[in-house]
Amino acid sequence: MTKKVLKYDGSFEGFLTCVFNAFEQKLKVIEIVPTGESQDQLFSETENIITEDAKSQRVLKALKAKVTSNGLRRIKFAFLSEKQGIEIRLYEMIRYIFSMPENAELDYSDPIVLYISKTAKQVGREKHRMEAFVRFRLTKDDIYFAIIEPDFNVLPIITSHFKNRYADQKWLIYDVKRKFGVYYDLSKTEYISIDLPKDIGVSGGNSEYFETGEVYFQKLWKEYFDSTNIKSRVNMRLHVQHVPKRYWKYLSEKSPFA
Amino acid sequence: MNFDRIKEKLGILADAAKYDVSCSSSGSKRKNTSKGLGDSSGMGICHSYTQDGRCVSLLKILLTNHCIFDCAYCVTRRSNDIKRAAFKVQEVVDLTINFYRRNYIEGLFLSSGIFKSPDHTMERLIQVAKKLREEENFNGYIHLKSIPGASDELMREAGLYADRLSVNIEIPTKSGLKLLAPEKKHEDFMKPMKKVKNEILQYKEESKLIKSTPKYAPAGQSTQMIVGATGESDRDIMYSSAFFYKNYNMKRVYYSGYVPISNDPRLPALTSQVPMLRENRLYQTDWLMRFYGFDIRELLNNDFQYLDMEIDPKLSWALRNRQVFPVDINKVDKQLLLRIPGIGLKSVNKIINARKFRKLNWEHLKKIGIAFNRAKYFVTCDSREKELRDLSSENLKSIILQNSQSKFRNDLSNQLSLF
Repeated sequence: MTKKVLKYDGSFEGFLTCVFNAFEQKLKVIEIVPTGESQDQLFSETENIITEDAKSQRVLKALKAKVTSNGLRRIKFAFLSEKQGIEIRLYEMIRYIFSMPENAELDYSDPIVLYISKTAKQVGREKHRMEAFVRFRLTKDDIYFAIIEPDFNVLPIITSHFKNRYADQKWLIYDVKRKFGVYYDLSKTEYISIDLPKDIGVSGGNSEYFETGEVYFQKLWKEYFDSTNIKSRVNMRLHVQHVPKRYWKYLSEKSPFA
Repeated sequence: MNFDRIKEKLGILADAAKYDVSCSSSGSKRKNTSKGLGDSSGMGICHSYTQDGRCVSLLKILLTNHCIFDCAYCVTRRSNDIKRAAFKVQEVVDLTINFYRRNYIEGLFLSSGIFKSPDHTMERLIQVAKKLREEENFNGYIHLKSIPGASDELMREAGLYADRLSVNIEIPTKSGLKLLAPEKKHEDFMKPMKKVKNEILQYKEESKLIKSTPKYAPAGQSTQMIVGATGESDRDIMYSSAFFYKNYNMKRVYYSGYVPISNDPRLPALTSQVPMLRENRLYQTDWLMRFYGFDIRELLNNDFQYLDMEIDPKLSWALRNRQVFPVDINKVDKQLLLRIPGIGLKSVNKIINARKFRKLNWEHLKKIGIAFNRAKYFVTCDSREKELRDLSSENLKSIILQNSQSKFRNDLSNQLSLF
């Protein structure tokens, strides 16, 4: 049988549609990639898969019957890692899950299961970091605004956390790496895409865009951060392990302002 | 808001509060149901970490560092010549809200020096919490200090607004307390603790019958002990700790290595090192007691009063109890898996799940992520090669030490040279 490379639109539903087609047509899939990302492979055919809700729902339903809710969560999280080749590994894991009686997602002695579990853990860690490291700045039009640049595509899975927590303030979190954001308008959240002015910065309070008090609160926060440190216990290795340097530019407590 | 003045006060009162190590912001069940601000129903979040590697989760400050007491171990003690400051109630409320809205913090940790009287101080702390809850519709996390000697009525009220209450016992032994804080009585610490414990139990009972019963300190109580300020043994410390867990249903007991802040002859000299390694071993022991099914008497007793600083307490226990090992990783129950050195809670769960599918061998175990270097001497599995050799515990210990790296290796040689 001809080996197939499946191309899809990059969404989780699109991926599940690929899984559906692969099962239904008994395809020999060697790769699943978002459109525009792979070079052509020798000795294989490429097929474009169009996302279909009905198909993706059926796969999801079948999965739910086979795995725990945590297991399903791990699959979704691993998908959001956007790691190269994650789709084919997930596909193999799903095949393994369907070939076993139950809860095969817990078989940590299987290399793919272990890989997916570790990847999901990395994504979970990034999600948790973003819930921690988002630093809102209050804009003149009363929106709490934050920029992020996460390693993995975690914005979709941190939205509900922020919605629960900041139900009485308007906020916008923007992923500058993937060029989309989530905006909450006091009643619902929606995905938006905008052009950000360059001088809006990642911290500080450019008075063109931000409330006058904004920069003071950042300074107070930095004052607090510095005062709460115990100098005789300084352990920079541990510090950097917890707050990796690539995140520093977004953290006002790390900002150089005096 | 006068930002400069607030900034100065914040500097002083955060500096004075930093020796309280509790930073937990989890375990509460306060949901944001009325479109208010904040939610503390999930797990805690560390929003940042200080350079000393400690988590910053709450805005941890004193209301004031004026204090009528003169406890030797405390920076805020009356006789210490330091800058004093006091926040107004509204100032603390404003700071908390503005920090919270910017996602800097999970909530507020408010403590205080004792000014005028314990009740007077406790009442102010409650005012802050009450304002946050009632005027700001704030559902973030609030940790209030129970002031030693505060009245039962005030402790009752405090729990209605706070998620967690804590009294720091500070000195693990009564004799140590007498030496370092002669003005305070042991009972002053225990009384609010007892009141809070009873209220928590009572509210829990009532909420079983009446759903609308208000929450009372849903994240429970905690306490803290200073380690290395008086001459107490590890056994003394951990037995006190076990006592608090058992009799006061403590959620957490924290151990805080004494940071030298005074040249008082009753205390370690200003030049002495913070006993961080010892602190770490105590936390490991605490975890073994709470999550690994160990009885504290197995880990510390009359024959064994101090923890081994070179190796972790589980390994130390295993070396003293070689008759238990080796255990078959594919057969023994969870309780015993948890006792194998180098295998933690998460690995235990993975092993239990994975072994349903096939017999596990060394390769599986390595990939699952156990600390193979320690564990291999204590287990058998589906591999031929046996790592377990007929070695004395002392030999085994030195082999394990030779083949492992400890982040504390440098501290260790320093600290050991003291004895």
